[in-house]
Amino acid sequence: MAESIRDKVAVIGMGCTKFGERWDKNQEDLMVEAVFEALADAGLESKDIQAAWLGTTGGSTGQPLAQAAKLEYIPITRVENACATAADAFRNACYSVAAGVYDIVLATGVEKLKDSGMTGLAGGGGGGTNISPPTPPPVQFALAAQRYAHQYGYKAEDLKKALARIAVKNHHNGSLNPKAHFQREITMEQAITAPMIAYPLGLFDCCGVSDGSAAAIITTPELAKHFRQDYTLVKGLGLTVGGMQGRLQSQYDFVHFEENTTAARQAYQQAGVKNPLKEIDLAEVHDCFSITELIICEDLGWAPRGKAPEYILGGVFDLEGELSVNPDGGLKCFGHPIGASGLRMMYEVYKQLQGKAGPRQRKNPTLGLAHSLGGTPGSFTCAVTIFGARD
Amino acid sequence: MAGIISFGAYVPIWRLGEGTKDWGSKAERSVTNFDEDTLTMSVAAAADCLAGLDRKAVDGLYVASTTFPYGEKQAASTVATAGDLGSSIFTSDVGNSLRAGTIAFKMAMDSVKAGSGKRVLVTAADVRLGASRSDIERNGGDGAAAFLFGDTGEAATIDAQHAVVNEIIDNWRPEGETGVRSWEDRFVFQEGYLKAVGQCVTELLQKTGLKMEQFDKVILYAPDARRHAEAVRLIKADPKKVQDPLFGKLGNTGAAFALMQLVTALEEAQPNQRFLVVNYGDGADALVVHTTAKITEVQKLPRRGMKGFLASKKAVPDYADYLKWRGMFSADSGVRRPAGGGPSPAALYREQAEVLRFQGVKCNKCATVQYPPQRVCTICHEKDNFTPIRLSDSKAKLFTYSMDYIAGTPDVPLVISVLDFAAGGRAVLMMTDRDTKEVKIDMNLELTFRKLRLAGGIHNYYWKAMPVR
Repeated sequence: MAESIRDKVAVIGMGCTKFGERWDKNQEDLMVEAVFEALADAGLESKDIQAAWLGTTGGSTGQPLAQAAKLEYIPITRVENACATAADAFRNACYSVAAGVYDIVLATGVEKLKDSGMTGLAGGGGGGTNISPPTPPPVQFALAAQRYAHQYGYKAEDLKKALARIAVKNHHNGSLNPKAHFQREITMEQAITAPMIAYPLGLFDCCGVSDGSAAAIITTPELAKHFRQDYTLVKGLGLTVGGMQGRLQSQYDFVHFEENTTAARQAYQQAGVKNPLKEIDLAEVHDCFSITELIICEDLGWAPRGKAPEYILGGVFDLEGELSVNPDGGLKCFGHPIGASGLRMMYEVYKQLQGKAGPRQRKNPTLGLAHSLGGTPGSFTCAVTIFGARD
Repeated sequence: MAGIISFGAYVPIWRLGEGTKDWGSKAERSVTNFDEDTLTMSVAAAADCLAGLDRKAVDGLYVASTTFPYGEKQAASTVATAGDLGSSIFTSDVGNSLRAGTIAFKMAMDSVKAGSGKRVLVTAADVRLGASRSDIERNGGDGAAAFLFGDTGEAATIDAQHAVVNEIIDNWRPEGETGVRSWEDRFVFQEGYLKAVGQCVTELLQKTGLKMEQFDKVILYAPDARRHAEAVRLIKADPKKVQDPLFGKLGNTGAAFALMQLVTALEEAQPNQRFLVVNYGDGADALVVHTTAKITEVQKLPRRGMKGFLASKKAVPDYADYLKWRGMFSADSGVRRPAGGGPSPAALYREQAEVLRFQGVKCNKCATVQYPPQRVCTICHEKDNFTPIRLSDSKAKLFTYSMDYIAGTPDVPLVISVLDFAAGGRAVLMMTDRDTKEVKIDMNLELTFRKLRLAGGIHNYYWKAMPVR
């Protein structure tokens, strides 16, 4: 009989680079920065790592991690699962420890995006026929925003206000974070009047495109005690993958993402979470666009359907609110190097649970969540990971 | 008896005219959008001609034009596939002369008469391009006509035809150039147009014993309105019986011009009327078209026709837009990313049903329509148990949309639409021929065959959504 992952693995060290336009750093530099911070945090050396997972969308093997961290002839697997790449690398690493085959493993995520010449992420290539409409991510999520306003009867300007409030919040949180790509506050006015990218999404509705890397060291709760007292425990690992249902089935509504609700259900069940808004202290979610964060708040059960704008404008998800969403600035301000983002989110949750989040520190948090979402409305990969402070 | 059993047309929605800044004339002409060409217009005219008819009954196709997308690579094969015709058919391009339309007309007619084809489709289309500010640009137009020939159910018969050849360099376009060139006007019209038209009509009347007054309508190709009037005088046609050539509304659509006028005449025809059709280019063609009692029935087929397409129009906002569409003026596209490569011919070949025919599949177990075609049903998971279903002519509604302001396409903001088909199924497509102000959830849409891009030397054609015309 299958068992829950709850309390079966612990995180004893994490690292995360500053995200941003790291023109002077290559992929190897970024991994070295993140992995060696994680090793130092855990009090380990690279020779202590028994197996590793590398999450990146650019590349094809596990070898770049071995080369960067000088891991000597150990198993390394490269993982790619859209924007949930790092979360899935972490998930696979956790299961290897839970299976009892390794004691200490490493999960790393990295992306060097700024060498590509792209100011945003590229649109769908369309495979060999090249017929897919050029729909880069802002366009895809704008489809959801348009439908959301239509379905719930919001005037365009009212929805825009709620979306702007998300950007203002994430910029505020980012301004408190020295590792964030963007560390500047913005006003509602700035967010609302910013140049249009994909109607109704403007510049401040879109996340940054950044270089960066993050890493985690995972072991068993029994071994964790020998390394540190403030380790964190994995409480739930949810992952679901869409099969283009939303594109093939015209009953799909474009105002919720089924992958979110199903991945959250898995993770909540494993973690024993019944009332997520009350029980979870902070959540790092995949705010690739403001509308995505809004829909996530409903999909993950923190706001009723159609009501997220009220909750957002009411400050429920502010740093001091009932459930702080994206206390580190989120993808919006921390940045989004695709294959690193999931572990960057976990880095903030880990630091918050340890009480080491500086000016962003929540009061005595016990449960934190990281959420990654990759793909487009109609077909996503979604990962929901829940962490708890040591009992 | 062989004859015309259906007809159709296509006129792009866009007009250069009074509403176009810097066009400098009140006279209108039709122009293709940046994503249209001869091939896409041929597909549209073919669909108009075949509306309400069995596409699989067509066993031959001639595509006529002077502006084909490729030097080597047939246009007719693409038109046949995008038109969802069968594969066991004869296809041919007919080109290189302004007379290509009536030449294809004669070839189709002869093939039905000879019994080598039972239902032969002819399309004629041209994008008329001259130098900026030239007479050819001002008097030109873009459009297409289509005719279905058959040996039963004729709405009109071709009672006689005559051709003359006249070797002359009057208007021409060398290989590799896009604009039509012209020699001195007086030579071109006196020794070219008027001479060939006069000779051809005189010989046709001699050959048939018909007199000019026996024609109910006279349809004439002409380069412009002035030469049209001169030709009418020359052949002594009654001006009241002359078909309006639509200068100032449509313009000279090259290889399609005379045949688009014939479509208009057939749309308005009574039974038992006789038309004289005269076309010009490297000589002239003259045809006697005779309507039958069937014409009123055929007029009722669900086509848009010349009447419908001419009534549905939008003004190109600025002459500079037109120059940009034709690649005669390049503005910064706003693209800030490296250019992509071309498509894979192997993939395009494999995915023809999805790409060109725009076929989805309908599950034989749960009846769910899905696009693109699937191997396993998204609802009931039945494997490989589907019936193909053509969605290119299904009505559709807009479910949601967005507008991309940094897409780098000529029509920024690029409207991306999620549309649900009346026949079932959903697709995500670009929207064209739209006014962004009219784009609203639940609006009615239809599909239109368009050129996505030229990359790697390959013209990549696919379908887009557009507001119902």
